[in-house]
Amino acid sequence: MKIHEYQAKAILRQYGVPVPRGEVSFTPKEAAGIASRLGAGPYVVKAQIHAGGRGKGGGVKIAQSVAEVESLASQLIGMTLVTPQTGSEGKRVKRLLVEEGLQIVSEIYLGVVLDRNQGVPVLMASSEGGVEIEEVARRSPEKLLKAAIRPGFGLQAFQGRKLAYGLGLGAQADKALKLMTSLVRAYEDTDASMAEINPLVVTRSGDLIALDAKMNFDDNALYRHPNLRELRDLDEEESLEVEASRFGLNYIKLHGEVGCMVNGAGLAMATMDIIQLAGGAPANFLDVGGGASTEQVSNAFRILLSDASVRAVLINIFGGIMRCDIVAEGVAAAASRMGVKVPVVVRLEGTNVEEGRKILLKSGLNFTVADGMLDAASKVVALSKGGA
Amino acid sequence: MSILVNRNTRLLVQGITGKEGTFHTRQCAEYGTKVVAGVTPGKGGATHEGIPVFNTVLEAVKSTGADASVIFVPPPFAADAILEAADAKLPLVVCITEGIPTMDMVRVKEFLEGTSTRLIGPNCPGIITPGECKIGIMPGSIHRPGAVGVISRSGTLTYEAVAQLTARNIGQSTCIGIGGDPIIGTHFIEALALFREDSATRGIVLIGEIGGNDEEAAARYIRENLEIPVVAFIAGRTAPPGKRMGHAGAIISGGIGTAAEKIKALQSSGIRVVDSPAGIGEAMAEELAAKSR
Repeated sequence: MKIHEYQAKAILRQYGVPVPRGEVSFTPKEAAGIASRLGAGPYVVKAQIHAGGRGKGGGVKIAQSVAEVESLASQLIGMTLVTPQTGSEGKRVKRLLVEEGLQIVSEIYLGVVLDRNQGVPVLMASSEGGVEIEEVARRSPEKLLKAAIRPGFGLQAFQGRKLAYGLGLGAQADKALKLMTSLVRAYEDTDASMAEINPLVVTRSGDLIALDAKMNFDDNALYRHPNLRELRDLDEEESLEVEASRFGLNYIKLHGEVGCMVNGAGLAMATMDIIQLAGGAPANFLDVGGGASTEQVSNAFRILLSDASVRAVLINIFGGIMRCDIVAEGVAAAASRMGVKVPVVVRLEGTNVEEGRKILLKSGLNFTVADGMLDAASKVVALSKGGA
Repeated sequence: MSILVNRNTRLLVQGITGKEGTFHTRQCAEYGTKVVAGVTPGKGGATHEGIPVFNTVLEAVKSTGADASVIFVPPPFAADAILEAADAKLPLVVCITEGIPTMDMVRVKEFLEGTSTRLIGPNCPGIITPGECKIGIMPGSIHRPGAVGVISRSGTLTYEAVAQLTARNIGQSTCIGIGGDPIIGTHFIEALALFREDSATRGIVLIGEIGGNDEEAAARYIRENLEIPVVAFIAGRTAPPGKRMGHAGAIISGGIGTAAEKIKALQSSGIRVVDSPAGIGEAMAEELAAKSR
């Protein structure tokens, strides 16, 4: 789960990470109110969307006066922000963070992520703040400093010192150590999958402050963090994906024209791949899971059909645990309720496959039977292009 | 021959009285697996599906001589179940559970270090030696005994590959699902090393997917250590970056973990990578035929 910058900063502040003074606003009036409470300018007005690269997209502005904050806020709220990470469709801005401006001397990168090879979180630091860490890792890996966090130990003082001196923060070593320890604690306590401060700035008065912050959380651990669950912003998520998640379905909207419904994540990805090999493009990833009910299948089918760009649908089920008759019943139920206007190709294999075929035949749904994945993919791609 | 499990394996089921546990215990037993014990705290002394139930893993091991465990415990309690099995010194623990918090697995991984327990999974279909022992949720009927080892991060895609092999009369020595999570107990290279020691395995199918760089490590291992043919497929060429594709571990982050990188690493190690998931069985048939000429 992703959250906004202002939410990440609020969490980090609780753990002792210094952040700029500021508040979130939903209207230009509120933005002006925040600025006047902050005192003298300059101010920074930052669009809050779940994507990086906001500065490049024109979503971060500097203002000298309260009036300027209000006028910038009225430009930003409601605008569609396109950044390198949003895709060309961009994202609509609904919230702004208004903060005090700082006198910046230098910028640093700090972040905690999971190192899959070592199986532990790793604190990474680089003296090239403001640059994406992946780029630093590619361009100058020697500038990337790392400390592995052993479970139960947290960040050790010597690790923090090593990073602090490595970053050239000798004068701020104590402050840096405290800040890094806080960041790691925040990551561990909240079951984060990523906690990043980029950049961390050194101010003219010698303070260390998190100028930007980003936190993502492990979806599998949200059950034990009810307070974090409340930070979810459904406006930032694809509406069909939100709808699918309500039924426990894994759905991801893509940009093609062949809708697919598959059981199992690996087979679902492979189905997308074979659709592309056959000359088409997948409209979505949809894994109905290993033990889906008729109702879940029916909702899955309805959701994938509600994507207007879908020109044909492929149902690819390898029934092991998942029974083909359950899938067929779900599809038939959805088809009878909503009517299906696009061609459907069905590839069923495994447990109760005959029962499944019979149910589909009786449903009156107009579908094509495929034999194997290759046949299924070529048939559905041909149909999506208006062929037979 | 096979790796890790065979007809002598004595299986214990953790979470045997739950819905999933009950269903799959029955399926495993029907396949011929020796299911000797179940564990559900608070239900010790009962008999479930004809199998004695114990309160703790240690008790179950002492009374029945179980030497492998399969875990069907819900995510919040699954990490503890793995630790309990390791504490009872079970040599093999197969965790089927999907959705265990990553930080729980970080602690499990640290705990297992230095113990003699091998963990398979979590978030995996399990392991099967066809005709002898099935530990997990895979459909037994699609398998047949033979000489090809299968290692996969996926579930149903593995069944797809196995069915293609079986349809060409290519049997399997052992099929192992290593799991779709970012932190897993047994990686590709460890499974490959086990197959290398098994003289009956004469070919390997490796099914990877986007996320992490285990496939790259596998490519190096195969180039340096394996003589037998390996056929690989990598799922997720069409997956967009930054999105989690169902499996918690299937995500391209910061440009790391793309299908293209993995395919390149495998191919440059001389490994045959099939473009189409429908071509796995055919490719293995060709490789085996070429080898026997």
